[in-house]
Amino acid sequence: MTTKCEALIDWIDARFPLTSTWKAHLSEYYAPKNFNFWYAFGILATVVLAIQIITGIFLVMNYKPDGTLNAAGVPVAFASVEYIMREVNGGWIIRTMHSTGASAFFIVVYLHMFRGLLYGSYRKPRELVWIFGTLIFLALMAEAFMGYLLPWGQMSYWGAQVIVNLFSAIPFIGPDLSLLIRGDYVVSDATLNRFFAFHVCAVPLVLIGLVAAHIIALHEVGSNNPDGIEIKKHKDANGVPLDGVPFHPYYTVKDSFIVVIFLMFFAAVMFFAPEGGGYFLEYNNFLQADPLTTPPHIAPVWYFTPFYSILRAVTYPLFGIDAKFWGVVAMGASVVVLGFLPWLDRSPVKSIRYKGPITKTLLAIFVVVFITLGFLGVKAPDYVFPFGVPGAPVAQIFSVYYFLFFITMPWWSKLDKCKPEPERVNFK
Amino acid sequence: MMTKMIQRLKGLLAVVLFAPGLALASEAVHLDKAPVSTDQARLQRGAKIFVNNCMGCHGLSFVRYNHMEQIGLTPEEIEKNLIFIAGAKVGDLMIPAIQAADAKRWFGVRPPDLTLVTRARSSEFGSGADWVYTYLRKFYRDPERPTGWNNEIFPNVGMPHVLYEFQGEQTATVTQGEHGDVLQLSLTKPGKLSVEQYDEAVADLVSFLVWAGDPSANFRKSLGLFVLGFLAVLLVITYLLKLNYWKDVH
Repeated sequence: MTTKCEALIDWIDARFPLTSTWKAHLSEYYAPKNFNFWYAFGILATVVLAIQIITGIFLVMNYKPDGTLNAAGVPVAFASVEYIMREVNGGWIIRTMHSTGASAFFIVVYLHMFRGLLYGSYRKPRELVWIFGTLIFLALMAEAFMGYLLPWGQMSYWGAQVIVNLFSAIPFIGPDLSLLIRGDYVVSDATLNRFFAFHVCAVPLVLIGLVAAHIIALHEVGSNNPDGIEIKKHKDANGVPLDGVPFHPYYTVKDSFIVVIFLMFFAAVMFFAPEGGGYFLEYNNFLQADPLTTPPHIAPVWYFTPFYSILRAVTYPLFGIDAKFWGVVAMGASVVVLGFLPWLDRSPVKSIRYKGPITKTLLAIFVVVFITLGFLGVKAPDYVFPFGVPGAPVAQIFSVYYFLFFITMPWWSKLDKCKPEPERVNFK
Repeated sequence: MMTKMIQRLKGLLAVVLFAPGLALASEAVHLDKAPVSTDQARLQRGAKIFVNNCMGCHGLSFVRYNHMEQIGLTPEEIEKNLIFIAGAKVGDLMIPAIQAADAKRWFGVRPPDLTLVTRARSSEFGSGADWVYTYLRKFYRDPERPTGWNNEIFPNVGMPHVLYEFQGEQTATVTQGEHGDVLQLSLTKPGKLSVEQYDEAVADLVSFLVWAGDPSANFRKSLGLFVLGFLAVLLVITYLLKLNYWKDVH
């Protein structure tokens, strides 16, 4: 029996690199043994991607991208979502997984990115891993934005209206560009259909391609670890890193355990609080899209709000161009700047464990700034904090900090008093 | 001047430290907490109130009559007691008899579909159920409105007080408050039901609407417990597996 199996594998190996691929990426891919819980979010992002794709396939079977009204006066797209929730067998479970998955995706991706910041995972030789990651984040934002239009509720509709209008602020080509994106002068059935095509087809293809590139690049250079030192520096006689363990079975079993913990959180939200307190499914989105009724307060979904705050913070026209345009530029720059991190960080060490007080302080403030920007992005622009502190100037100051953190990094990262890195990883 | 500056600085500090946790309601709307029930007898009573009083104008256009089997009714009971529209079958969607164009002419607006009202009306002030529960108990007489009715939490609403024969008539006295006018409602003409009975009837109606807004909620929660239980077992198994595999890594 064994020989027959081996013969089959030999037959395949002569025609396809099955065994060598298995070895290169799993059984003989050596990962540092000292990963901590921050290293779980990459695998969790993969799990959520799988959840989104599988549930998405089943949703497309019953969802109808149609903005016209049915006999009861309800847009067909909105009605088809309720049809999935009520009449399709198991439809509610699939849809709830997909809507919870959208928010879960951003939670794990933000934590995954923050892990990179903590341990300097973007530093040489992992610059391309990081750049592919930044592109994944951009694609993910596009995917989420277009997907949010599909339920065709009030927030879907007006959120899309506001964001697409932003493009019209670009000089010369703006108005034509936003017309091209919408396919109409307002968000309409044409917009819904093209967003649907992008959401279920174009962007997922790009996303999967980028994820593959991200992982291939990572496996080429090897994973970073919480000590920020290269395990490849110390190898045994067979060329195996002394501080590495084969990804399979060591990390496959460890990650299974971590995935179960994650699924427990996921299930808790999905089964007991699918609306996520009005953040995962916004209350206004239970009203069908109505092009004639603008909601009093339009805010994007929570995962876009830090960047939305930066957009709103720009209120000064420059060079005779509308402030809105510069807001769009700032918002774009706030994401793109992440891609330059490998060249901004000049610290002699990678990991936060060996960095000095300047980095630790500035990074801690950065976290507070990012979360506060997100919080303010959910609120109306005239929001006032307790004790009468107005929100708008806070958002402006914090937006400036956001950019200064990156722009001045080459100086302060070099200035900082770092501790010496150890020769071998810490593992208890 | 100085103290004001310090106050500001203190405020800023507080904001920087605690911002994500703080949210201050700007214009608070007071909503009464709706005693939402999942008791089938109450849901059935709510269904009865809904089809008798609301469904002339408001639909539940994503709910089919026979979905009410989930709240313990048989198709025969539904057909006999809850279908008033000529020609409607038990498998039909609960679409109201009123024509959209007529409704618009009579009330100025088309009466909204109520399938998702208890979800859409949720806000930082309370759940959508709380809103509906409060709304249906806060109608008052207002001779200036074309219907003769107004509502405390939905000023100048197009809908008249359909349940007035049960609640009776309330009138409002206006007092000058800190943030503008404050309405004080008092029951001037009692209806068929006492205040407690009316509140209970509205609670039953709201419970029915909560069910209609998310009919899978009960099953979802019980399935959720099962799923979490399953994952808890898996958690132990995968943890032991991890320990076993990693015991020789030093």
